[in-house]
Amino acid sequence: MMVTTRQQTREASVDRANLRERLAFGAIWVAAILTVLVLLLIIGIILVRGLPHVSLEFLTSAPSDLGRAGGILPTIIGTVVLGFVALLIATPLGIGSAIYLTEYTRETRLTRLIRFGTESLAGVPSIIFGLFGFIFFVDVLKMGWSILAGGLTLALMVLPTIIRTAEEAILTVPLSYRETGYSLGATRWEMVTTTVLPSAMPGILTGVILAFGRAVSETAAVIFTAGTALNMPTSLLSPARTMAVHFYILAVEGISLEMAYATGAVLILTVLIINVVANALVRNVVARRLRA
Amino acid sequence: MKERIIGLVLAITALAALLALALITFFIFQAGLPLIAKVGLPGFLFNTTWNPTAKEPSFGILPMIVGSLWVTLGAMVIGVPLGLAVTIFLVDLAPERVSAFMRPAVQLLAGIPSVVYGFIGLTLLAPLVRNTLGGPGLSVLTGAIVLGIMILPTIISISEDAIRSVPPALRQGALALGATRWQVIKDIVIPAARSGIIASIVLGMGRALGETMAVIMMIGNSLQLPTSVLDSATTLTSNIGLEMAYASGAHRQALFATGIVLFIIIMVLNGTTTALVRRGLVRR
Repeated sequence: MMVTTRQQTREASVDRANLRERLAFGAIWVAAILTVLVLLLIIGIILVRGLPHVSLEFLTSAPSDLGRAGGILPTIIGTVVLGFVALLIATPLGIGSAIYLTEYTRETRLTRLIRFGTESLAGVPSIIFGLFGFIFFVDVLKMGWSILAGGLTLALMVLPTIIRTAEEAILTVPLSYRETGYSLGATRWEMVTTTVLPSAMPGILTGVILAFGRAVSETAAVIFTAGTALNMPTSLLSPARTMAVHFYILAVEGISLEMAYATGAVLILTVLIINVVANALVRNVVARRLRA
Repeated sequence: MKERIIGLVLAITALAALLALALITFFIFQAGLPLIAKVGLPGFLFNTTWNPTAKEPSFGILPMIVGSLWVTLGAMVIGVPLGLAVTIFLVDLAPERVSAFMRPAVQLLAGIPSVVYGFIGLTLLAPLVRNTLGGPGLSVLTGAIVLGIMILPTIISISEDAIRSVPPALRQGALALGATRWQVIKDIVIPAARSGIIASIVLGMGRALGETMAVIMMIGNSLQLPTSVLDSATTLTSNIGLEMAYASGAHRQALFATGIVLFIIIMVLNGTTTALVRRGLVRR
């Protein structure tokens, strides 16, 4: 006759729990490895198939035959200019907003409303920004498909990113810095410009760089506001095609898979560089804080 | 005096985001509402025929609503378990050196342009699906898999915050009672971080629902109601993205009206997220 002692039951249940843990942790490791593999696969395929077609000539010459031949220079210029216009508008607004929320007010109904606006704006899908930019900037304000209309649309889209990162960066500046500033007789604004902002600058810059990355990656909001013209843009009111839009058109309209890979490779490299720079900035700040 | 002016200018910059939201709402509604008023809301939402350029045009967006629903739910089926697994990995399992590599990797996943994801879906995954499972390849399944990966960073970053803010005492208590690490995670940590985790899922859902260009590239854009995950479909966003380029008159209005539907769904999802996050904070 088999008698199961209490001791044995307990051991069996511990064994089961341990087995379950091993299975669960195994599955989690697999998921993590899978995620990294997918990332490497995406980047790897685009770079391996695209980079062989990327040359100095590709980067510095105009496309011909709708992009089947030639380079992508106008789209590089279009991307950079559009990104800068967006940042030129969004950065002062974003930093100003962050300073106001952190240094110039306490929690009131107004700040709650402002926060609600920022959060909601961050969740609005880019196609909605595209629709809005088209009807408001392109149509109502008569800017036409242009760098200006596209830049303004993108500016609104990246504004929440800049506000949030700037706010976080400002909040990590120790209170003692501010007290020192005030004790020396500084006005609020003097204290902000001489103490808070310089100390928060790396964090703020990270947000601005990430916002530039979003502008570079964006398609839906850009295609209906800046247009798809392949000519070299000559003024803020000329239409422009960004690299991401060019890549999309090459692929979807089946113009040239080869050129799509090459453009994709340049796009991916740009995004990689932006991420590395942003990360280096963050790490720098953390390191400095730790030393302090 | 100078201080007062500076304060005022800063306050005005702070209102920019709110003003932008108000302008977007106003202009999208102004451009789309006339059409909804003309066809009637039930007719717009539940009519299965979308033929805006016919002599007798028909503006039913049910195929897009169903398509969006399928693709988004499919993306959740892929993205939620994977995202939560990676989150638990980052917080509880990964050795320091591995997580120092993982975190930027996840961030990079968020930085990759959506058109690149769409391109991978179009050139790699769609042929794979077509050759192994059948159907046209450009399908709900292809879109869902890629969107599931695209929403990973959203799910991971927010649920990681939630899991990290679970008080260590809870873990220690359970461990001291003899629970295994997995039991602690499953029975203590995840329930305690529940509202943040749900918030991350809802936000991921909004991302999947709002994605446009990648979806256009992957799901075949057919106006039929999908009956299997291997069918082509169209979504609210992809239809706007595709047809906006040439639409005019009532057709354009109908696309803005589709935008209104999308906008309302997204605002409800975002509102839910905010409420969930706040509830999580209050409880703590």
